[in-house]
Order: sequence, then structure tokens, then C-alpha cells
Amino acid sequence: MAVETAIAMNRFGLGALPDAAPLANPRRWLIDQMAKFDPRPAPIAALPPRSELIAAIKDLRSEKRERKAAKEDGADSTEQQSNSYRKAVRDQYVAAVDARLAVALGSRQDFAERLVHFWANHFAISIDKIVTVGLAGNFEFDAIRPHIFGRFADLLKAASWHPAMLLYLDQAQSIGPNSMLAQRIGARRNREIGLNENLAREILELHTLGDRTAYSQADVTEFARAMTGLTVGGLGERRLQRVLGTDTKPGEGIFVDALHEPGKRTIVGRSYAQNGAKALDSILSDLAIHPATARHIATKLVRHFVADDPPSSLVRKLEADFLRTGGDLASLYRILIEAPESWANTGTKFKTPWEWTVSALRALGVESMPGREQAAVALFNQMGQPIWKPGSPKGYGDIAADWAGPAGLMRRVETAGRFAKLSANRVDARKLALTILPGALSPMTAEHIARAESPEQGLALLLVSPEFLRR
Amino acid sequence: MIINRRHLILSGLSGAGIALAPRIAFAAAETDRRFIFIIQRGAADGLTILAPTGDPAFASARGEIAASASGGSKLNDLFTLHPQLTASARLFGQKQAAFYHAIASGYRERSHFDGQNMLETAGIRPYGRDDGWMNRLLTLIPKGESKALAMANAIPPALRGPISVGSYAPSRLPDADSALMERVAMLYAEDPQLAPLWQSATQTEAMAGDIDPGNGRGGVAAGKLVASLMAGADGARVAMVETTGWDTHFNQEGRLGAVLKGVDEMIDTLRTEMGPAWAKTLILVATEFGRTVHVNGTRGTDHGTASAAMLFGGGLANGGKIIADWPGLAASQLYEGRDLKPTKRFEAMVIAALSSHYGIDPEKLRRTVFPDFPDMN
Repeated sequence: MAVETAIAMNRFGLGALPDAAPLANPRRWLIDQMAKFDPRPAPIAALPPRSELIAAIKDLRSEKRERKAAKEDGADSTEQQSNSYRKAVRDQYVAAVDARLAVALGSRQDFAERLVHFWANHFAISIDKIVTVGLAGNFEFDAIRPHIFGRFADLLKAASWHPAMLLYLDQAQSIGPNSMLAQRIGARRNREIGLNENLAREILELHTLGDRTAYSQADVTEFARAMTGLTVGGLGERRLQRVLGTDTKPGEGIFVDALHEPGKRTIVGRSYAQNGAKALDSILSDLAIHPATARHIATKLVRHFVADDPPSSLVRKLEADFLRTGGDLASLYRILIEAPESWANTGTKFKTPWEWTVSALRALGVESMPGREQAAVALFNQMGQPIWKPGSPKGYGDIAADWAGPAGLMRRVETAGRFAKLSANRVDARKLALTILPGALSPMTAEHIARAESPEQGLALLLVSPEFLRR
Repeated sequence: MIINRRHLILSGLSGAGIALAPRIAFAAAETDRRFIFIIQRGAADGLTILAPTGDPAFASARGEIAASASGGSKLNDLFTLHPQLTASARLFGQKQAAFYHAIASGYRERSHFDGQNMLETAGIRPYGRDDGWMNRLLTLIPKGESKALAMANAIPPALRGPISVGSYAPSRLPDADSALMERVAMLYAEDPQLAPLWQSATQTEAMAGDIDPGNGRGGVAAGKLVASLMAGADGARVAMVETTGWDTHFNQEGRLGAVLKGVDEMIDTLRTEMGPAWAKTLILVATEFGRTVHVNGTRGTDHGTASAAMLFGGGLANGGKIIADWPGLAASQLYEGRDLKPTKRFEAMVIAALSSHYGIDPEKLRRTVFPDFPDMN
């Protein structure tokens, strides 16, 4: 059935390319992508390593200290320095967004790329916190990409230990109130230092169990205590770093025993007698395979691939498989691919601005955003979904109500007009429509495209057609 | 944050700059009364906004962040308004502001997203209702000629519901040509979801064509933008403005100061730019819940329970008053040993304020706007 090609390419993939041919076996086509997926394609491999990104943050922090000193001296050269830091991380961000888009536009394993975006949004960090601006791309590239076909526990641990996450949700500064360091500093400076429960809460609420499930405030606080010690190497005062030994791995997530709150912990009904990094690892492993986590992840995946209101039969199937395999993600994807629910209807999901824009550019065969520097960043800001900036750790919404608004629709029509101008007279919209929406194009839409007053207008109409706005 | 004509650049590289990134949703209705809800997403710290400096436990409970109240306006023996809220203090003196403290919605957990959902839908549990209380409010206001006006890419939950509400997000993309726009209307004619969206979008575009939100910064620009869409006789009557930057787990003093300054400027700008309509304008500022009484290990505070809320307006009924049943900050007086105890309900405050503002019987308003809370009036 031709329509299954359309579903495989548009719902599971990032959108059909102009040279798309009908698929003999759409399910096989998807499953084969799992083996061919490249976690480190060329545009990403070309980006600067994490140590360089962290160096910029270190500069900012020492600058801040200098600024304090300078203020006391009455000097005022610091505004400029701070701007140079902002430019440095902004450049890192722009390069990472360009790389993400280039991979999405060029990929032939775009089902796998869709999964990358799904998981990066599940473990969302948001660049409205300045320390994460330069690191946001690296988080997706280093913590998410390598683990999308592995176990959920490994993905969870990689995300939880990445410096972007540790800085975004304040874990890097959380210190056990009775830790060795707190006792030493507390005595000397007469200043309280201690817990920050931000990351602990969001791991329970957003990353694993899900909100209103199996945990209480006491679990959040206990988990926050268990997480103390987890921080980022190479930050903070140099002298303190040497004392703690945190200077060894700049920019890496590290566990520092001197910051850890000693003692036995009870979290979500389980006791953890051992201390430190090993206990934390056990806790994360247990959370990763908890039944509430299984249901949470199953629900989100089915919602993403099947319908805003996920059919419970399929959710239960994924949930059971998650529990049986201990969170084998590839196994979940196989069930989704095999499920009749996935292939029952076309156009059940309203595309997000990211999905729509990427699919439009792919349909036109565009491999990089034309125009000035920062074109990609500006485009997604304009469309209402700035990359890696959902504004909260919950990530971007994944249902039509989050995106199907009048202004959002107007942006798509304006953008489609602009895209169509770029490639109009090279592309026959009537033929392209049949290639990218095989078996899914309504006769009415086909007619509107055919009756367009110019090739350019026909192309714009295709890109904003009801069939193309949805997947 | 910089606002250019027809475009909001949400570059947000500075922590303070993003605070007021105005995602604004408007609804038009036939009444000369205006109502604006400024939501503080992220749990604003009421104990910093309106600090209970007269509470004997305040200084010790707040520790190193207690000093953020110094230099603020002392409103009575108990409360000091944050030093950045200068216009708010002035309006309070002119009886055009009223403050509520130790107030919370019915929500008692500590998830932002559930808390915001309950604040906006006024359901008895998170995600228990699909419609928001502002949309239900619209059913009580006579239907105007002007249809819904749009100012954000999607409608926030408080405004979602059966009454059609517009959203408008200014854009700097070149306008789509009118021929394409007409064809799109035909293309969507038989799509039940897209046809009404498109109708709303084109109407809004036509209305917004002449708006110049100015190019100031932060709260001033946001205030000008909102006022430009609400002050005129055919402008919107109900609006919601979303602000962020309140989730201060870390070094909260400077961050909160910056976002509070933005809100203060926005309110002051609305006061001047609304012109004669200011006398008929009501502004509500509220958050999903408060923050812990004690400072955490990183000079910030974690998710708590009760917070403060603010009302502003040219014709405010209870202007110049602080409405609080103060629970105290001593250890034994805290909710679950860590948070400010809620003694006032958000829903009750809104019912009182709106019934007075619109001259609607409070019980009638409650039945429609807060049907799930029979005991709130």
C-alpha cells in the first residue's frame, strides 16, 4: 500500500525526500535504520569538543570574580568582557543548531534522527540559562545520540551526568549539608551550604516515574541527598578544586565524595545502604526500570508516534515489554513499528514547528538553510520553537493543542511562501505532492495545487496543505 | 528582550532578559472593562516580593537572602515591598494596588506543570479540566463584534475552552502575498481544525497591521505592546501575559530583582499607556505556588506552597490594602515544616476581584468561572 510509504517516511521519519521511491517493505525500511544509524555524523564530529565549551564557562566565572574585584577598584571594563563571553557561547550554539539541522536535512536514517529529537526533548534542557547556551548541542550529541537504541537506564545516566544537565538544574552546586566540605567550610565561613533539590525532583517527575506517581516530597529530598557529590569538574575556585580533586576532568560530570551527604537513603520504598556514586548508580538503575517509568515512557512514545490521545492497548503492550526487557529501547521501537495502530490512519499528529520546517526543507531537497549566518536559529525562533529552548525542563509539548494556533499557522504560510520562492521554478508541486505523500494526498488538495496560479504558489500550497501540516 | 515592530526576538541570552518574553493571548469582548492576567510561571517567591520583615522569625528563617528586602517600601508593621517594585509601591499609596499574602490555589504538591495547570484551569486536580477559568469568564461578558485576537503561537490553558480566543505573535517574516492567503482559505475550507484557525489568523493579521509596539526593553516594551492592543475602543478586553524566570533555585536575589523590575515596569507602562481605560482596568499578578521559607544550599529556594499575589487597577475596590491571614514563619507554623502555610485561596481572591470589577454577582461568577469550588465564595 502506497500510504504505508507515506506513513513510514512522514510519521516515523522526518519527511520524504524528493527522490523518494515507494517502499516494498516500509516496516523493514524502518527497522534497518536502527543498524545503520550514525551517532556521530560529519557535521557533529566537526564541532568543538566539550572541553572547549567548558573553557568558555570557566572564563565567564573568573570574569565574574574579576568584575567583583574591579567594581571595588572602581574600574569598568567588564561589560565588554561579558559580551565577549556571550558571543563565544552564542557562536557555539549557532554552530550546534546548524549541525543539528544539517544532519536532519541530509539523513537517510531519519527515523533514528526523530528518536534523537524525541529523547533530547524528554531530557530537555533550555538555553534560557546562560551556562547551558554553549552546551545544549553537546548534550544532545554526547548524552542522547549514542544511547537511543540501548537501555533506558544508560540514557538516563548519560543525561543525568552530562554537565549541561547538572548546570541547568543546579545539581552542580548541590552539597550535602553534613558532607566533609560543608562541615569544613561551614565552620570557617559561618555560611550555610547545602542541598538543591531541583534535578532530583525533575528526574522523578519528568525523566523517570512521571508526575503524580510513586513518589513523595520525602523521596525528592532523599534523592537530592543521594545525588550530592555529582557535579561538574573544572568549575569553581581553583584552590578548592585542587583540594577536592575536581580539577582533573574539566567539563565532565564527576562524583566528589567530599560533597556527598553521608548516610543510608530510602527512595521510593527501597533502601540504599552503600554510599556515594555506587548508591546513586543503583538508585538510577532502579528508577529506570520502575513500573511507573515503564508506563510514563510507553505513554510518551505512543503519543509521539500514534496519536495525541494514545490508545491504551498499545501503551500497555509497550509497558509490558519495557518491564520484561528491563527498558530495552530498540525492542519498544520494534513494537511500535509492528503495531497496526501505527499504520491505521494518516495525519493523526499535527507537526511541531521543528517537524514541519524540517519536513518542508527535506521535501524541497534543501540540505542547508540558505541565507545569512544564524539563519537556522532565526528561523526556528520565528516559527515559535527555538532550538533547545523550551523554557522549562518539561520540554516542548507533543500534542496539537500546543502548536495548532492561529499565529503559528500564519507563520507557516509566510514561511512556505518564502521557501517556495527559493525553489519554485525548479519543482513541479503536482509531481512532488505524489512523491512525498503517496496514497495520502486528498483529491481536493491535489486540485488546489494543480489550479495554483504559479508553480511557486502551488509549492507553497503543498507545504501548508492539511496533509503536509500533519504526519 | 528586544521588541521590534512585528517581531519579538526571544534571543534570551541573558537570564533577566527572557523573563518577560511576552507570549500574550488576547480575547475580545464587548465591555469597556479590561482584565489582564500576568502569570508568573516557575513559582515566584512571595516572601521576597512582599517580605514579612515584621515577623520575628523572618530574619533567621531567610538567612542570607533576608537582606533582599532592605531598601524596600515598608507598607505596614509586618510587610516590606521589594525595592525594585517602586511603581507598585506608588500605586499602593494611591490605592491602585492591593496585595495578598500566604495565598495558594487548591494545589498542594510541588510540580510546576501540575501547579500551573490547576492555577489556569481551576480544576480540582491537575489536567482534570480542558478549559481555563479565563475562558469561562468570557462566557459572562457580552459577546462583542470583534472576534478573538491572537498574540502567541498557541493559547495558554487559562484561555483554552469553547469561546474562541485569538493569539497573536508578532513576526518579521515578509507577509504572505494576498493571493496565497486566499488560496489557503480555500484549501482549509473543509478542514474542521484548520478552517477556524486560519480565519482567526487572517483577522488578527489585519488588525495588527498598524500596531507599533515600540522598541524599548523588557517590561516597558511588553507593557506598550499589550496596551496598544487593549487601550482602543475596538481593542481586546481580556489578555494573558506569560512571564518566566521565577524558578530561583540558585542565587535568587539578583535574578528575582531583575524579573520583578520587569513586572513593575510593565505595570507602570500599562498604567500610563492605557490612558483613560486605566480607570477600568484590572491586573492580576499570580504564580502557581511559592518557595521554601529556608534558603537552600545555593542561595536560592526550592518549590514551596503559599506565595503572594497582586492586584492593580485604576478603580480597584480594595486598593491600598494587604489582605493576609498571616500564618507566621516560626518552624512550628510552616506547612510540612518547610513552606509558608496557605491561609487564603487564589480562587476566592479572583472571584472577589472579578465580581467587583465586572459588577457580577459573586456566586453567579463562581458558578461559571470556578464551578469546581463551591466553598470559594
